[in-house]
Amino acid sequence: MVQAGELNTPRRSAAPRWRVLAVFLLPALLLYSVFIVYPLVTALEYSFFEWRGIRQAGFAGLGNYRDLFGVYPYDQQLWRAFGHNALFFAGTMLIQNTVGLLFALLLFRYGRGKRFLQAAFTTPYLVDPLVIGYLWSLLLNPTFGPVNSLLEAAGLDSWALPWLGDTRTALPVVIVVNAWQWVGFPMLLFSAALAGIPAEYHEAARVDGASAWQSFRRVTLPLLTPAIGVVSVLTFIGNFNAFGLVYAMAGSTGSPAGSTDVLGLLFYRVAFVEGGTEAIGRSSALAVLMFVFIFGVSLLAGSYFRRRERRLL
Amino acid sequence: MTARRRAPGRVAVHLLLWGYGVVALLPLVVMVLNSLRPTSEIFTTPLGLPASPTLNSYARVWTEASFSSYLTNSLVVTCGAVLLGTAVSALAAYPLARYDFAGSRVLGAYFLAGLMLPIRLGLVPIFYLMDSMGLIDSLLGLTLLYAASGVPFCVFVLSAFYRSLPGELDEAARIDGAGEFRIFGQIMLPLVRPALASVMLFQFVPLWHEFLYPLVLLRSDEKFTIPRGLSQFFGEYTTDWSALFAGLVLATAPLFVLFVLATKQIIAELTAGMSK
Repeated sequence: MVQAGELNTPRRSAAPRWRVLAVFLLPALLLYSVFIVYPLVTALEYSFFEWRGIRQAGFAGLGNYRDLFGVYPYDQQLWRAFGHNALFFAGTMLIQNTVGLLFALLLFRYGRGKRFLQAAFTTPYLVDPLVIGYLWSLLLNPTFGPVNSLLEAAGLDSWALPWLGDTRTALPVVIVVNAWQWVGFPMLLFSAALAGIPAEYHEAARVDGASAWQSFRRVTLPLLTPAIGVVSVLTFIGNFNAFGLVYAMAGSTGSPAGSTDVLGLLFYRVAFVEGGTEAIGRSSALAVLMFVFIFGVSLLAGSYFRRRERRLL
Repeated sequence: MTARRRAPGRVAVHLLLWGYGVVALLPLVVMVLNSLRPTSEIFTTPLGLPASPTLNSYARVWTEASFSSYLTNSLVVTCGAVLLGTAVSALAAYPLARYDFAGSRVLGAYFLAGLMLPIRLGLVPIFYLMDSMGLIDSLLGLTLLYAASGVPFCVFVLSAFYRSLPGELDEAARIDGAGEFRIFGQIMLPLVRPALASVMLFQFVPLWHEFLYPLVLLRSDEKFTIPRGLSQFFGEYTTDWSALFAGLVLATAPLFVLFVLATKQIIAELTAGMSK
């Protein structure tokens, strides 16, 4: 994380007069304070008050937080959405990041076409997640979608399922589409990390009689720890903030039957769609909970990976 | 390792990599191809080359579905926000990086804290803040919010660049009698130009894609940005698949154009900065 004093280390001249300083600093200070800091602080405050529509009706303490866990339908939807986010994260780690690592390894000493393949694998992440979501909802359409027509042409009729319409397949499909979009990102990070491992390490392992697998398991993988740490934390933050892709593929309710509902959608619904008179307090409480969870886990994971790195050196 | 692998293994690697290359690109190719085919053709053969390519659905999407105004709005809001955010940050980062004054450290930390805070946490208060300022359904409101969201990142990057400039530069100018604004505008700013170009590109992409804020803050069709317009459009044109694909292509094309132009520009700027 960034150190607080880092912005202003070398001291050079005596500072200019206050009026001059104000011209430099005030525009940014004003913009940032009004539109970023004030709303964030207010969200925290809102979460501790009881609300009647847009009027505060007294201090609620942790009442809004309790409501999220105890009042129907939030008590069910919150845990369901959280579970889906956890599955989303686990599935992405499993699919996107292992495939990304595999591609990085295979491409590492790949000859002709390496540049083209890297560019091809990363192209989908230049596209807006919302566009990706809508595109795949068309491609996966059970009647007119090319995916099922391809499967039928290949004689796999029993595989031509209503992918996004079935509660059992919808979430896995969203996870795979998300992985398809982002796989180029871990691939590039792992490629950069692989390029930084001195070739002598593998030479030495081979001289000692290590097999290709042992050399990967005992030399390459441990040295990739920093890259794995970065990829894991960024995947975690991205997955728990997911909104556009899921909205495009499953609408604001996470259809079918809430089987793809995630925290981002739930927050949007509580705040602006079905929150009722208590919307402000409860949605603010949910936002604070999400922030504390995501920020906390990211910090813990960051320090865990740093400790693993230090043990390596 | 690859060189020593047996032949069948090598074939499998080629197949896997080029096969996935197809998987990565085919959906985007289908998106473009199907936008050039009439809906009836897509419905009979979902996957195929256009029998006679036509731009009809683009014309329909551009005028009837008002993608022309979505594009204008997105350009106005995103460019406006990127310019404003970068300008105020370029000003603020300068004294923070090069002077020691009462509160300069606290102020620096205050700006940096924004790097770690998710602005979505403040969505509900932002809605009521905008409401109280009459900025709901307003492109100005969205521009100000977007500009503010880029400030922490810009201040962080730009102050690193200001700090790396030698102190003799402004010393000399000050001895020659130049005022602070002149030193800033004629010496400092031109020297951090490569950094300005890259922070602008870095802000551009996420703002161009931002969907949640326009979803909550914009109300009327003629104010919609591309992502917000796209979600509206997918609700209204459900059976006109040719138009849906064309809409997706139109939403994607500007960023690809920008990338092709900007990567060249940024490389040129960075190398120009190096030769100084």
